[in-house]
Amino acid sequence: MRKIILALIMASSLAAQHELGGTTYTKTDIDIGNRLYIANCIYCHGPDGDQIAGVDFTHAKFPRSRSDDDIVKILRNGIPGTGMPAQTMPEPQLRTIVAYLRSLPAAAGQVLPAGADASRGKILFLSKGQCINCHRAQGVGSYFGPDLSDIGMLRRVVELDQSLSDPNAVIMPENRMFRAVTADGTTLTGRILNQDTFTVQLIDSKERLLSFQRSELKQFSPIDRSPMPSYKDKLTAAERADLIAYLMSLKGISQP
Amino acid sequence: MKKLLIFAFATAAAASAQVGFDRIVQAEKEPQNWLTYSGNFNSQRYSKLTQITPDNVKNLELQWVYQAHSVEKYEATPLVVDGVMYTIQNPDDVVALDPVTGRIFWTFSWTPSPDSRPCCGRLSRGVAILGDKVFLGTIDAHLIALDARNGKPVWNVEVDKAADGYAVTHAPLVIKDKVIVGVAGGEYGIRGHIDAYDAATGKRVWRFYTIPGAGEKGNETWAGDSWKTGGASVWVTGSYDPDLNLTYWGIGNPGPDWNGDHRAGDNLYSDSVVALDADTGVLKWHYQFSPHDEFDYDSVQVPVLADIQMPGTSRVRKVMLWGNRNGLFYVIDRTTGQFLLGKPFVKVTWMNGFDERGRPMKVPQAQSNREGTLIYPGNQGGTNWYNPSFSPATGLFYIPAWEDYSSFFVKQDAEYVKGQTFGGGGPRNVTPPVVAGNFNYRKDGEQYGVIRAIDPKTGEKKWDFPMSDVTDAGIMTTATNLLFSGGREGYFFALDARNGKLLWKAALGGRVSSGPMTYSINGRQYVAVCAGSALFVYALRQ
Repeated sequence: MRKIILALIMASSLAAQHELGGTTYTKTDIDIGNRLYIANCIYCHGPDGDQIAGVDFTHAKFPRSRSDDDIVKILRNGIPGTGMPAQTMPEPQLRTIVAYLRSLPAAAGQVLPAGADASRGKILFLSKGQCINCHRAQGVGSYFGPDLSDIGMLRRVVELDQSLSDPNAVIMPENRMFRAVTADGTTLTGRILNQDTFTVQLIDSKERLLSFQRSELKQFSPIDRSPMPSYKDKLTAAERADLIAYLMSLKGISQP
Repeated sequence: MKKLLIFAFATAAAASAQVGFDRIVQAEKEPQNWLTYSGNFNSQRYSKLTQITPDNVKNLELQWVYQAHSVEKYEATPLVVDGVMYTIQNPDDVVALDPVTGRIFWTFSWTPSPDSRPCCGRLSRGVAILGDKVFLGTIDAHLIALDARNGKPVWNVEVDKAADGYAVTHAPLVIKDKVIVGVAGGEYGIRGHIDAYDAATGKRVWRFYTIPGAGEKGNETWAGDSWKTGGASVWVTGSYDPDLNLTYWGIGNPGPDWNGDHRAGDNLYSDSVVALDADTGVLKWHYQFSPHDEFDYDSVQVPVLADIQMPGTSRVRKVMLWGNRNGLFYVIDRTTGQFLLGKPFVKVTWMNGFDERGRPMKVPQAQSNREGTLIYPGNQGGTNWYNPSFSPATGLFYIPAWEDYSSFFVKQDAEYVKGQTFGGGGPRNVTPPVVAGNFNYRKDGEQYGVIRAIDPKTGEKKWDFPMSDVTDAGIMTTATNLLFSGGREGYFFALDARNGKLLWKAALGGRVSSGPMTYSINGRQYVAVCAGSALFVYALRQ
């Protein structure tokens, strides 16, 4: 497992300065493209870009395009008669998506170890791992932490492995916890749902949807560290692989 | 007697519909109306109406809403003239409404040519009026005169070719008997110009090219033939000083935007203010804010004219106040173009001072390159086209600003193809857009929007009203020390113009991307602002 992680680290550093067809993309391009990909593309194409038949970004399989400009054109115009819609974002943003897609092959190879078993992982998720104390998946568990019912659509193996071992390494802005102290001195901890100049919205540890005027709060500040413990020592490498296999199997809430 | 009465009534009605130029010049004498895009020729967006005050502003109440059939950003400022409001439904419809009830008198619909391709929104920011005509610039680069009574076209001229990337997106400016418009298209390799048309006939009277032609002074600031495709567009309305008979216009970025390799030189008059003789279009002076720009720092802000006694002098001076997209606040003598003061109003890293003539001293690393150069302010600017305001009551200048905002500027090759984008790279935002869809997960230390009050005599900041998202909203101030503005979060609010204290707010549920305005009908003051796809009008509860 350690070898796999090392290989992944090397792959990701290669991806930081990816070059293809004379176009060099910066790490910033790739990072921004990653976020835009998650927000706009991942539900159809999947985290590895291989969910659509005949298309596989991780293996540089772009059936309708050869150059980066071709991809930008498809992003801008969509593909009539298919499910691929036109994207309305400006060209510089479209190019960051291309940068991210081009970075995927270099970061490939994030396969689960042989024998990783999603059904064992599910049991870990529900029992020993105590994941459902904070998280929710397939209609079971707490609303306090991020719902993981579609996490297999949103993250790659390497990212889940990192989050399990080092939950503080990457905390997405939308998953941050905040401490709020109300006028009467009550202290609440909650995950941020939204905010603006005058108000904040949270879901608290009692799973209540709360909205406050900022002016009514004595304190409202982010909690820097994730409340999630590291599973590096809590689970064996094989257990972690089972758990990741389960998480990767979560592709969305099943329709009633 | 009956006949005489009817005649007298009809004459009065006809007279009230006439907006002679004398009325527009003296617009401050009739604060119940809003006769030009920025309220009057000095573009201060300062109203002398006094019914709404810091004490009673909390009693503002929604009077009516006009829902436009458009999902485009609503950037227009309405006009109100003698009981009629004229505004835009994007892209290029004109609507005449009752400013008391919002009921529609007439609409004019224009279907732009499919050739039109404005870079940044299929929209118009407003109309102008003179006599019995309303004037509209369109995104397919037409200028159309409408009959103010029924919205029927009187004349229609092509300002330039939409297929080549030209558009008109700003409200025209009427001076004397002429209608003045400039062309947008700075991302398409156009050659910008400002034109004056005869208001009666639509015949073009003069044209000022914002890039000097071969043999003309300033052409040497463009390498080779780069001047032919150098952009320098115009997309926000200018100002006018009737005493000097000068009209002032902010000029857009040079093209290609982010790659200056093939346009060595200062690239005049891109990113400049030009002062033109209003009768002839002849250039009297210019000042360039950002020579040889590679960061898309359009200088298309509204020139705000004020008369101020600058420190160390005894006389009141005719000046121009300018919060520029490049992050700097300027005071310029508007008679001569002399640079008087320049100071950053947000974090600025591309320059580190001015020489004795007011030319900015660029830092060596302030160049777009293929790896990406990190520059403050970022591509959208320390401010942008958003309407600023100057209040003679407080003596302060107010800017909608983006603070702590930067971009990586990446240079790429650019080849000019007529009518196609001619950018040569582009910006990458260091922090992704703060708000994704309806959700704001902004972290401390990331960019934010702010209403910033500046003392124009020193360039010093007086107060801030920060927001948790950036803002595209304009500002209006009043003689009662109120400041109205809004932001992307959909709030419309009133601040105390003296200290920035929040006095009132309303959640309108859609981005405020326009400048608020105010008018009065039958002694009742109204405040209007666009948010989302709608126009909202408020007055005090009765």
